[in-house]
Amino acid sequence: MTTMDRRQFLNLMAVGGGAVLASTLPGCADLAGSRKEGAADFYFVQLSDTHWGYKGPDNPNAHLTLATTVATVNALEARPDFIVFTGDLTHTTDDPVERRRRMHEFRRIVADLKVKNVRFMPGEHDASLDSGAAFKEIFGATHYTFDHGGVHFVALDNVSDPGARIGEEQLAWLKADLDKLDKAAPIVILTHRPLFDLVPKWDWATRDGAQALALLMPYRNVTVFYGHIHQEHHHMTGHIAHHSAKSLVFPLPAPGSQEKRAPLPWDPAAPYRGLGFREIDASPREPSYALREFPVVRS
Amino acid sequence: MSAGSRRRTLRRLGGWAVGLGAAASGVVKLHAQEAAGRVIEIEARRFAFTPAEITARQGEAVTLALKAIDFMHGFFIPELNVRTDLMPGRVVTLKLKLDRPGRYAFLCDNFCGDGHEQMNGLLVVQA
Repeated sequence: MTTMDRRQFLNLMAVGGGAVLASTLPGCADLAGSRKEGAADFYFVQLSDTHWGYKGPDNPNAHLTLATTVATVNALEARPDFIVFTGDLTHTTDDPVERRRRMHEFRRIVADLKVKNVRFMPGEHDASLDSGAAFKEIFGATHYTFDHGGVHFVALDNVSDPGARIGEEQLAWLKADLDKLDKAAPIVILTHRPLFDLVPKWDWATRDGAQALALLMPYRNVTVFYGHIHQEHHHMTGHIAHHSAKSLVFPLPAPGSQEKRAPLPWDPAAPYRGLGFREIDASPREPSYALREFPVVRS
Repeated sequence: MSAGSRRRTLRRLGGWAVGLGAAASGVVKLHAQEAAGRVIEIEARRFAFTPAEITARQGEAVTLALKAIDFMHGFFIPELNVRTDLMPGRVVTLKLKLDRPGRYAFLCDNFCGDGHEQMNGLLVVQA
């Protein structure tokens, strides 16, 4: 499928009731100076919060969900350019040996993805108890940048500090990276926790997230994709759009909707209810991002 | 509770106490140097605060005497903009004047393991 065909396909899906959300950011009108000739549309897949190793009543089938999702991603109509996992790849454990065993198992399962360009990020379950040591051994850096199709991607680590801080050192690194960019450059931030105070009483925040957003605010085309809250959610801080992804272990209640953030009860009649992943269709020239949500198993 | 008995209580908790002038705003006023009425002892242990629910009266000044047992837990009351880290084995005191009634959730905001998400509690300020 060509990129144009693909965009038309997504639009058709939206007309037909498919779960498509177009995130078109302000500032497009003055993008002429930053447009890159030949910056073609592309798409990538976001998976999040797989919690490999979880055992409990909130998802007795947790050991099956990841491999099932890999099969669903492999069966997508068009192959994504790349895939990103936005944290909590594994469920936490106090045992460093078991932590590494879970990470290696996770790697073996996702090695079946047909797309080999896969980016990994840690969540607090992967990294907070050892400052990201095991994650770095097995997956590599916890924060990094890459460019794809004219979009600058920044993976931010707000979990290796158990207190959910990005930290001064990483913030300085972010500033130095941003300083090299045009203010109209298309920028995508990938992170685990929300960078804004979504529900602080549920620990749905980043303690110094406001500092990161202050650094990003001068850039006109910034979009954030994150995980942590186990559900789709969309929010704007000024002109910056934030999109959280569903999990692949158990759904959590709507932000602030109840006193405690207890997982939603598992339903044996609908074992994958509330779980899923998304594809993101990027149009760097506008820039805009069309989101399409998928269940673990497609009918 | 008299100032003398409060000091004895704090000594019993852990030998020494730290008065915090932490950043605060809104409905709570911290008075680091000011005597603050009732002392409420709270233990933080993976993965619970004990007690998990504390009650006070509107206008009451209280001292929360927090002691972590097994981890550098956090103690955070978001709606009151009050937080501190809890060094294991040490008592940290938070002196609060509770001016407004309400139900204020608190939580551990330092990820402490499998069960961290359930480590929370409630401060109830009654009118």
